[in-house]
Amino acid sequence: MDLYEVLFFLEVLVGGLLAGVMYSLVALGFVLIYKASSVFNFAQGAMVFFAVLSFVGFMELGLNFWVALPVTVALMILVGMATERFVLRPLVNQSDDTLLMATIGLAFVLEGLAQMAWGVEVRRLDLGIPDVPLTWLADLTGIFVSALDITAGVVAGVLVVGLAILFSKTKAGLGLRAVADSHAAAQSIGIPLKHIWMMVWATAGIVALVAGMLWGARSGVQFALIGIALKALPVMIIGGFTSVPGVIVAGLIVGASEKLAEVYIGPYFGGGIEGWAPYMLAVVFLMFRPEGLFGERHIRRV
Amino acid sequence: MNVISETHFSERAFPIAGPVLELENISLRFGGVHALTDISFNVLEHEVRAIIGPNGAGKSSMLNVIGGLYTPQEGRIRFDSELLSGMTPGRAAKLGIGRTFQNIALFKRMTVLENIMAGRKLFNHATFLEVALQLPRARREEIEDREKAEEIIETLEIQHIRKTQVSRLPYGLQKRVELGRALAAEPKILLLDEPMAGMNVEEKQDMCRFIIDVNDHYGTTIVLIEHDMGVVMDISDRVVVLDYGKKIGDGTPDDVRSNQNVIDAYLGVAH
Repeated sequence: MDLYEVLFFLEVLVGGLLAGVMYSLVALGFVLIYKASSVFNFAQGAMVFFAVLSFVGFMELGLNFWVALPVTVALMILVGMATERFVLRPLVNQSDDTLLMATIGLAFVLEGLAQMAWGVEVRRLDLGIPDVPLTWLADLTGIFVSALDITAGVVAGVLVVGLAILFSKTKAGLGLRAVADSHAAAQSIGIPLKHIWMMVWATAGIVALVAGMLWGARSGVQFALIGIALKALPVMIIGGFTSVPGVIVAGLIVGASEKLAEVYIGPYFGGGIEGWAPYMLAVVFLMFRPEGLFGERHIRRV
Repeated sequence: MNVISETHFSERAFPIAGPVLELENISLRFGGVHALTDISFNVLEHEVRAIIGPNGAGKSSMLNVIGGLYTPQEGRIRFDSELLSGMTPGRAAKLGIGRTFQNIALFKRMTVLENIMAGRKLFNHATFLEVALQLPRARREEIEDREKAEEIIETLEIQHIRKTQVSRLPYGLQKRVELGRALAAEPKILLLDEPMAGMNVEEKQDMCRFIIDVNDHYGTTIVLIEHDMGVVMDISDRVVVLDYGKKIGDGTPDDVRSNQNVIDAYLGVAH
């Protein structure tokens, strides 16, 4: 291997890791909801779409970036509150399957509302961060990395550290874990289900907005964004459905392995394996470590 | 079952005082089903009060009305002489009404210690920042919580399983952990929904002892539902008897035992 090959390998790896961070961001929204409701939130992709489309819509109405951002955050908090009031509250103490179906319904509602309000055209989102390799970094190390990727990495890092502290150290975090485990028990010790759910769904909405903005800046704000939620599935299987650090590590694994697989194994299959390589990896995990890297091991009595 | 020390009824550290909970003319309906009809009784501070009755008599409904899970269509509830309206489970918890459930409701993915700590933590005042920075109030509360949790673990004799995940424990021990979690909030009143259901004789004796200990040591007022008449008569100060959603008896275990309506309800009566 000569120097050029090593540099090329590093470049693919770094590019993959940073793309992985973007997957982690989407998966983070799923984990939040899963922790509080033990439910896979089918509406997460729709929330990403709804959030970023609204953001772009507000900017088109003439708001500048720094006004549109808090307005969209406020909107996502409203969505979280409305979800609690009209979807979750009527379903207190119902089975997890019922909630799962409710999230599918919610997905349709959000997709419909977003397109009704803002139309169906593909929009450009310019965050002012160019999606081109940084020249100084390329000159210095010979590796090409996009500024957008680095921004995504930093943003994801900040979100994860904040959420990790929230879950493991605070009263709200404990309340959240308690609510996920048993509604009745949580109520009996005075945990307000209402507030916990509102908080979680609003937070998931804000995470969806951040993920949507970064993805939208890369590939345009369009209905297809809902599809990236599917990429979050292998990330969650590998990381474990309940672990915040887990989705980050798993996102990095998925991002790096899909790019490396594409470049080094892809040619043997005629290319294009990036799309399904992560799912193969997820299947391997399901066979040998179904709880994921950081998930909770399930014990079932028979 | 001779598990109650002789001193429990004679020389109590917390003698029975005035009414702490008063239920006045409570009626609860689910559609056309009359779950509770015009029920009134009171609970005195520091007493052990039992609610008994055949299956479907409305015992759990009664407990759920007190705990704020059900809102009765008619009637009033007074707590510490104060009229309560619009009771919710959260409100009940804040007022100091703790409870356990007929079908155990624990945080199964947490350990025993975490469950008991959870019962307490939600009443803490330290904010996110204080906890993150470990400021004095956060540290003090953490230490208090740990001490209280350890005290409860010792009282209930569950030291050996304190770090065990709850879902791994056998039924009898889970019931004990649930009692521990309710105690952690230092409730004034503890509602126990069939604390001994599904237990063997030895487990029942243990549970009786713990209930009496809790009442003796902390002065906690206890309202419990139980099927096992022997147990009820042994540990209760007063008993209220329900049948088909109506109150058919109320008094000391001896009064109730000799009440003809109660005997008929339990043994059946020739029509």
